Parts: sequence; structure tokens; C-alpha cells
Amino acid sequence: MTTYTTRRASLFGLLAGATMLGGCFEAPPVVAKQVGADGVGMQTLQSTELAEALAERNVLPEPIKAASGEGPKAKDVYQNVQVLGDLSVAEFTRTMTAITAWVSPEQGCQYCHVGNNFAEDGVYTKIVSRRMMQMTQNINAEWQDHVGDTGVTCLTCHRGQPVPEYIWFDSPEQNRQGGMAANSYGQNHANMALGSVSLLDDPFSRYLGAEDPAQIRVISNTALPIRDVRQNLSTQDTENTYSLMIHLSKAIGQNCTFCHNSRSFNDWSESPPQRVTAWHGLKMVPALNSAYLEPLGPVYPAARLGPLGDAPKVNCTTCHQGVNKPYYGVSMLDDYPVWREPGPNAAIEAVDPMLPASQQPEQEGDGAAEDSAETTSSVAPSATHDTLGLLEVETPAGVVR
Amino acid sequence: MAEYQNIFTRVQVRGPGEAGIPIGPDTDKRIGGWTFNRLAGMIGNAQIGPFYLGVTGSLSILCGFLAFEIIGFNMLASVNWDVVEFIRQLFWLALEPPPPQYGLSIPPMADGGWWLLAGFLLTLSILLWWTRTFLRARALGLGYHIPWAFGAAIWLYLVLGFIRPLLMGSWSEAVPFGIFPHLDWTAAFSIRYGNLFYNPFHMLSIAFLYGSAVLFGMHAGTILAVGRYGGEREIEQITDRGTATERASLFWRWQMGFNASMESIHRWAWWFAILTPITGGIGILLTGTVVDNWYLWGVKHGIAAEYVYPYAPTIDPALGTEAMQ
Repeated sequence: MTTYTTRRASLFGLLAGATMLGGCFEAPPVVAKQVGADGVGMQTLQSTELAEALAERNVLPEPIKAASGEGPKAKDVYQNVQVLGDLSVAEFTRTMTAITAWVSPEQGCQYCHVGNNFAEDGVYTKIVSRRMMQMTQNINAEWQDHVGDTGVTCLTCHRGQPVPEYIWFDSPEQNRQGGMAANSYGQNHANMALGSVSLLDDPFSRYLGAEDPAQIRVISNTALPIRDVRQNLSTQDTENTYSLMIHLSKAIGQNCTFCHNSRSFNDWSESPPQRVTAWHGLKMVPALNSAYLEPLGPVYPAARLGPLGDAPKVNCTTCHQGVNKPYYGVSMLDDYPVWREPGPNAAIEAVDPMLPASQQPEQEGDGAAEDSAETTSSVAPSATHDTLGLLEVETPAGVVR
Repeated sequence: MAEYQNIFTRVQVRGPGEAGIPIGPDTDKRIGGWTFNRLAGMIGNAQIGPFYLGVTGSLSILCGFLAFEIIGFNMLASVNWDVVEFIRQLFWLALEPPPPQYGLSIPPMADGGWWLLAGFLLTLSILLWWTRTFLRARALGLGYHIPWAFGAAIWLYLVLGFIRPLLMGSWSEAVPFGIFPHLDWTAAFSIRYGNLFYNPFHMLSIAFLYGSAVLFGMHAGTILAVGRYGGEREIEQITDRGTATERASLFWRWQMGFNASMESIHRWAWWFAILTPITGGIGILLTGTVVDNWYLWGVKHGIAAEYVYPYAPTIDPALGTEAMQ
């Protein structure tokens, strides 16, 4: 009898242990779908519970009723319309209404426009949103390898929030004590946002921020070592790439085998085609950060900047938010074709966001010009910030990693 | 009434304390007396002590303690000396080896110098402890099976942290000290070198590792099962075969036509155990030094199967562009 009780108790103990372990993984039921050849274990895994939660957050709003394309153009009626000027007045108004619903539904027009003069560039948010419109058009025109015909709109990232939920800043070294204490090279801290691994805390500055991002590819392309090729491909570099890949995986809500055949991570010929899409994304994000997001630094008030004074930037999560195709790949571009066409300033990086239209260099189509970073930095940040006191910051900017 | 069982022996037979055999005047004295512990008696011998430290044991503990402190305090520094964070993030914290640019030189303390020092002290500690197992085995007139088995594990440790970094010309190739960091390093190491699963010595090591577990389960299960016939006196039964041995042997002959003997099963287990780190160490040693991508090596030598995928072969989008990344 005693023995029986002991056995039953240990069985309960085992079950309790199994339940605790179960907490480490996706909540069951998990639906596995084979995506590769038989026998290579290539599956996509989707927790039913998580899928339902994501489905709720990925429902597009009804498009606003179409407006007439006839009549005078916005740029001929209104002043200081730099990006959307070729729209008819009706379509322009409709687009502005949509942007308000997507970006600042609670704050309304006043989030970007001061007082009664909507032409005035008095609030930094107006300057930022103009640049973001140009970025949106640029993404849809130049980065179709990544966004396809689906494209993006303001809603893809903003989802009703003036500051998108998932942005990132350069992070200060958490772990450098100085003196003799050992450097941990930005690694080895509990980071639940990156899959609770003990890898690089901030893969974004390294791979997504700079104009010349670090090399992602670390695996040798030859069976045997070649001395000179080995130099930049250490195991430590691999850990850093791994950290970026975990971010990517979390961002799109897919496991490694969505893009890779894990028997040989670097072999393209055996990789699913999604890997090419992701590759273009990894080219696009640093390009957007260096051309559009970083140069806006002097425009923002201090509260919007990161701990190191840098502008908020985008990574994979900014758009994807846990889904491999934001809004499950449903396009809004047919309803809002203005985002599809590169506008007058779309691909131009010479536009100084702080200067009114009259002082901007003359631009036609996608004519190229000089480096934007230099012109931007010529504006004194203090003067910039003076104009921004009007704005009430409602969402505190935080590091989202 | 109390009953005798094999694992959780509720009957603790407790005689007078056992000082151990006399081992001659030349060796160090055992220190302390002994005590009896009921909990220890449930899983082993209830007698705790006497201890033996000796020169090698004392030095080993000292070096091990220093290495432990160096690692621990650097981890503590990495969370701004915050003890709460140290406990919360303990499994994530690490002491990292030097970055690649230092090669095999002695780096500044902050840039891997502490790692090198901790590694040196830990290695010294382990080697001293190995010496101690050797010396104690000799003092007791034992065979050297335990020192050699421990030596096999030390081989793998030295390959990972010393021999392979030497051959690669960089301390940065070594493993960080830390719970999760060393696991992340292991995953990254396999990815960097094109998937260790295609490394034949890794395959052997896994076979011996899993085989060890199977042998352990088979042997322990067999002896516990025949414990009721006195089967735990397994070595005596090599020469004086009783019904326990007869039944155990017949069980396995019925199961698989062959049975290990009461003696040979221990050689099976010992060889499987030591071959796990020996073959694993060879596999690590060849990685990066002789083979740079085990998957491609496997393709070259016909051990990587070809599969038919439900998608057309993908083409590297960087091909033909300037930046091949």
C-alpha cells in the first residue's frame, strides 16, 4: 500500500514537472505544416492561440469611399503640399483623412497641423510625416522585391499609433564597467525580446542601422578551410548573425525553416523562396534607416530620441509585428494608389526636412542629388527643438527591441 | 515491517564507522573523522568522511576557487554589480574569450585577459584533480580506469578551450564561460562550420553518448530486476554464477540472442563512456582546422542525401552584385 502511494506521488511529480516544462514552449495546440522535402524536418509551427491573437490585430479597416480624381490639383489650391500635390483636392482630402485614422486617430489633424494654417511646418510631426510619406512611396516603388505588389501604407507600421509600437534606438553598452572588468561585447544579458538567448543584445545597430551594415553571411562556402577567407567569419560573428536571425524569426512569427533548410543554413539552392524576400528586406531596412529615419534626428524633440540621442529607427518587427506578411498580405494600394506612385520627391534624399518648400532644391521625378545627412545636420538642433514646444508628447518613446 | 528494496533502501544497515584500509606510511593522512547521514544513506553510503585532500587536492580546490571567483565577479560586473540582477540573469551571464584581433597574444584584462586567466586556473585545477584521482587509485592499489575515464573528458575540454584555439591561431575560437552563452556558442559553432551533424566524429560521439545511456539503462535495469535473487553481487557471480545471473543472462538471450557477462558489461559501459568525449574531441579538433564546412564535406564524400524539395532551387540574390553578403 505504501509502495503504491509512493508510486502515485512520483507520477504526480512527473506530471507537474512536465507541465512546468511545457511553459517554455508555444502553447498547444501547435499546428505543424511540412514545407520541405520528406525527412528534413522542415516545418512551420503555429500556435493556434497565438494565431487567433494575431488575426485580431491584422484586420484592415474599411477603405474610405473613393473620391473624384477630377478637379484642380492640391498643389494648386493649397500651399506647401510637397508630396501629395498631384492629387485632386478631393483625393487629397480623402488621403489626409485616412492618414489621420491610421496614425493619429485620437489626436486628429492637430497632431501634425498647428492652428488654422495647415500649410505651416511648425510642428516636427508634420516634417516627419512628410518624410514618411516619401519613404512609403519609395518602398512601394523601389523595394517591390520585398513588399511585392502588396506594398505598405502608413497603417502597416503605425496601426493607429503616432509612434509605431516597434521601433529601436542605439542602445548604450549595458555591461561595460570600464577599468579591468571583462567586456562582454554587447552580449550575455537576459533578453526576452530576442528569444531569451544570450547573444548580442542589440543586433540592430550592427546589421540594420549603419549605411554599411556588418556582414551577415558567416558560413564557409568551401568544404575545406581557406586561410584568408576565414578572417571575418569567426564563431563570435556567427553568434551576432544568430541574434539578428532570431529577431527576424520573432518579427515574422516563423521558425528558421521558413527561409532555411536547416541542414545547410547557407545553401541557397535548398532554401525556400521566402529567403530571397527576406534577403531584400535585410537590404531595405538599413537603406530606409540611413536615408529616411536616421537623418530625421535633428527634427525630433529630445523626448522622441533614444538614450544616445539617435532618431527612432525601423527593424523587421516595425512592419511585420509577428506575421510574415503584414495584414496577411492584403494590399491597400488599390484603394490608395497614391502610395504606389513615386511622388515628386519620393526617391530624393537631398530634401532637407527642416526647410520649407520654397527653399528646397528644384526636383523633378526621381532626380538624384547630394547626401541628405549633411544638409540635415547644418540645421542647428536647438532651433529645431524650439519650434516643438507646442506638441504634447502622449506616447513616451521607449526602446523596443 | 521494513522491507529491502534496491534503490531507496529504507533499511539502513549502520555499523561502526569505517576508517578505510591502512595505506602505508608515505601517503598523506586522511583528515577529520566521520559522521552518518540518513539522507545520504537513502541514496548511498550513510557514512560521510573521512576526507582526503593532500597537496594536489588542496591546490586543485584553490585554483578552481580562483577561477570560479574570476568568472563570478566578472559576471557581477557585467550587471553593474547589482546582486539581484546577477541572480536573475545568472544563466545568461558570461566571461567571454578575447575577440579575434588578439590572436594568441595575451590581451588586456578587460578584453579577454580575465578569460585567459580563469581558463588557465580552471585547467590547472582540473589537471591537479586528475593527478589526485591517479594518486589515490595508486594508493589504494586500484586499476587506473577512473583517471583514464576522467582524462577522456579532460581531452574534450582541452580541445575546446586550448588545443583547437592554438591550431586556429586565436583564443577567440574558444568557448565562453557561462550557462546559456556556452550553449549559444555551441549552436553558433555548428552553424559556422556548416552543421556538425555531418562531422563523422560527431556522429560517433553521439552514437557512444546515446549508447552509454542505453547500456546504463539496460545494465542498471537488469541488476535491479534480479536484485531479489542476489543479483547485485554481480562481480562475485562471474565466478559463482547464481540464479540471478542465470535469469538475467537468459532474459537477454531471449531478447536478442546474446548476453553480456557480469564482467564484460562493465567494459562495454566504460568504453562507451570514454569514447564519447574522445571521438567528440577529435571531431571538434578537425573543425575549422581541417574542414571548414561539414555539410559541403559531406556532399563531397557522398554522405549528404539528396532530397526533392517542393520548390524550385532558389538562386542567391547577391550573385553578380558587388556585395556578396
